[in-house]
Amino acid sequence: MVALSGPRLRALRGEDVSMIFQEPSSALNPVFPIWWQIGEGLRAHRPKMTRKEIRAEAVSALEAVGIPDAAERIDRYPHEFSGGQKQRIMIAMALALGAELIVADEPTTALDVTVQAEILDLLRDVRDRFDTSLIVITHNMGVVADLADSVAVMYRGRIIERAGVKELFAEPREEYTKKLLAAVPHLGRRSAWTALSEEQQQEIEEAPPVVVAEDLVIEYPGRLGKPAFRAVKGVDFTIRAGQVYGLVGESGSGKTTIGRAIAGLERTTGGSLQVLGHEMNGVREKAFKPVRRRIGFVFQDPATSFNPHLTIQECIAEPLIVHEKALSAGQREQKVRSLLEAVELPGDYARRYPHELSGGQRQRISLARALVLEPELLIADEPTSALDVSVQATVLELFRELQQRLGFAALFISHDLAVVDSLAHRIGVLFRGDLVEDGHGPDVLQRPQHDYTRKLIASLPVPDPAEQAKRRAAFAREWGSGAAAS
Amino acid sequence: MTVVFFLMRITGDPITAALGGRLTPAELAARRAEAGYDRPLIVQYFDYLGGVLSGDFGTTYTDRTPVTEILTTYGAATFELVAYSVVVALLLGVPLGMIAARTRDRWPDAVLRIVAILGYATPVFFVGLLLKLVFSVGLGWLPVAGRISTRGEITMSTILNPSPFYLLDALRLGNMQLLSDVVTHAILPAVALGILTGGIFLRLVRTNMIGTLEMQYIESARSRGVPESRLTARHALRPALIPIVTVMGMQIAMMLGGAVLTETTFEWNGLGYMLAQYMKARDYVAVQGIVMMLAVIVALSNFVVDVIAALIDPRVRY
Repeated sequence: MVALSGPRLRALRGEDVSMIFQEPSSALNPVFPIWWQIGEGLRAHRPKMTRKEIRAEAVSALEAVGIPDAAERIDRYPHEFSGGQKQRIMIAMALALGAELIVADEPTTALDVTVQAEILDLLRDVRDRFDTSLIVITHNMGVVADLADSVAVMYRGRIIERAGVKELFAEPREEYTKKLLAAVPHLGRRSAWTALSEEQQQEIEEAPPVVVAEDLVIEYPGRLGKPAFRAVKGVDFTIRAGQVYGLVGESGSGKTTIGRAIAGLERTTGGSLQVLGHEMNGVREKAFKPVRRRIGFVFQDPATSFNPHLTIQECIAEPLIVHEKALSAGQREQKVRSLLEAVELPGDYARRYPHELSGGQRQRISLARALVLEPELLIADEPTSALDVSVQATVLELFRELQQRLGFAALFISHDLAVVDSLAHRIGVLFRGDLVEDGHGPDVLQRPQHDYTRKLIASLPVPDPAEQAKRRAAFAREWGSGAAAS
Repeated sequence: MTVVFFLMRITGDPITAALGGRLTPAELAARRAEAGYDRPLIVQYFDYLGGVLSGDFGTTYTDRTPVTEILTTYGAATFELVAYSVVVALLLGVPLGMIAARTRDRWPDAVLRIVAILGYATPVFFVGLLLKLVFSVGLGWLPVAGRISTRGEITMSTILNPSPFYLLDALRLGNMQLLSDVVTHAILPAVALGILTGGIFLRLVRTNMIGTLEMQYIESARSRGVPESRLTARHALRPALIPIVTVMGMQIAMMLGGAVLTETTFEWNGLGYMLAQYMKARDYVAVQGIVMMLAVIVALSNFVVDVIAALIDPRVRY
């Protein structure tokens, strides 16, 4: 490979080695139909193929990856497929070329957990049926435990450890591997609720409510002549002072919408939403402004939630300038420094710009910025999902510590059930705008009431190959092989 | 239109401009009253507006021609010029922009970028003069100015119900001599205006192509063995065209501004040329009519461009 160049390398691409990318939406060309894109690879290797042959190949490849009505759907464009289906199409492209080796770069990172389980199943199925070798590049230890036979651990450009999957999880040799495995949240191993003493549990249960939602409905107005889209369909829940409420759901389930509504960034349509004693339904901006300073918000993506032209100092001090006009510049600087210390960053970071910091550092700054006005309620929308596992672990630890010390109530939004369980005192599961589950961590995880919650728990791969094999078998028994639909 | 109406009124009236100094103030006032220019501005404004809505743009003051007639004859000439220049600009800008994108930051790209800057930074009348100097005066290959030669004009006048487009008429007659006469007259003005816009198109195509070539679906197609030339020409071109086409629509508005200068340089009897003439004479009626027409052309071309962009992009459906 290293010595190959130009045309010979091109001949090898696709036919011998095919690649599957992380983000299926950006790996497909938006302006060409699916069959044409599958055909491009075929045409590159077999220039004499006719249009009819290409279309036939495309249909059979799509059928092999479980896309229903393949013959009719090959003329569709990428935006007419879901994320999971797009990833299936990417796999179909590799199959159409008859690749002997498929390199999958974080193939399921952009997908919801339940879809991830189906794609992992499909990859396993492809390996068995077509005898294809797979290289899976991932940061997700659960995926490794689920799919891999042997594992290589990379650290700073080097492979530091190579072992069979069972060996690696049972007895990691390298220090880094051990740390990495310890950082992975393992579903049900460390529940935030059971970690509390009985008095603490009781105290939280009896604390005054900070947020009360009753039959909350949020709709997005439809385009001209189309009905409104109902993102949240009548949801009830309560967040009490000092309590961390974890909201779990897949993309499009309405969890972010609820978070934004509580922060006053989204209008509610029906029902009632009380935030710190204020009714949000029909609230006016002017009436809500004094409440706003009592709420902190941490955004998902640390790369885009900072103004690149402001220093960290200016960024954290901004809410103080708006809400605490009495403070002098010196006092503000003092405050920023003490906050930086609280999030375990050196004080002289105040003079830096966001691009000079790493993702994890920026998310700490995010936390500091959200806490600068000492809010009673913190809303964190997927604060760690853009971070690496080991960085995620330290940020979560910091969050836990600050929450205990400062005692604010929090709404923690995440798609990762294991993360939520390690942090939240109470968990709510959202499914297409309905709150299908609401209870303490152990209750939700061990005695789920709703079918969707059970599927969600079953789809989450745990970082333990032996346990995961059992879970996978159980999943297949209950929901069948995922290769059929997506 | 409203803006033009009032701005023109500030600069003076056509009667004073044309006859001021030759008539006594009393006579001048009488003439102005006759034309209605002594009425309050707002009355004049609504009077004009009413006329426009019923399709009557008024009659020019200086040469007593109905404005609608000016718009069809000279509007067609401008349309012809802009259409030719768009063709020249596309032929220059799109392929060269693609080459620049593919050879990004290497010498062909550097040369092309400088060419592009020269293209749109050089004033269009200067380019026009240079072209004239070289190809008409120096080499004698192409005519110096005008839309057609005098002999051609005579032939043209024999056509029954002529269209305002010379090219169409020449094609209809099937007279090869006439056709070449019309085409050779169009080359220099079209190239002069086309170079200006072509330079902008080049940069536009280059930037968008580079952006598109970095998209993951290009990398993904590359990973399946699609050759580089095909990646640029087929996979990247169409997605890149969506923003390009939109900006091109706006560029056509800019071209009309360039057309005024080009037409003046080449004595091309189009709207821009006439606009300059009437402006000098302070003929409000004519100026307003022409500006209205230019605005309509801009709006129409933007609409057409939006439709084209929607046709390229399968995600947009109405």
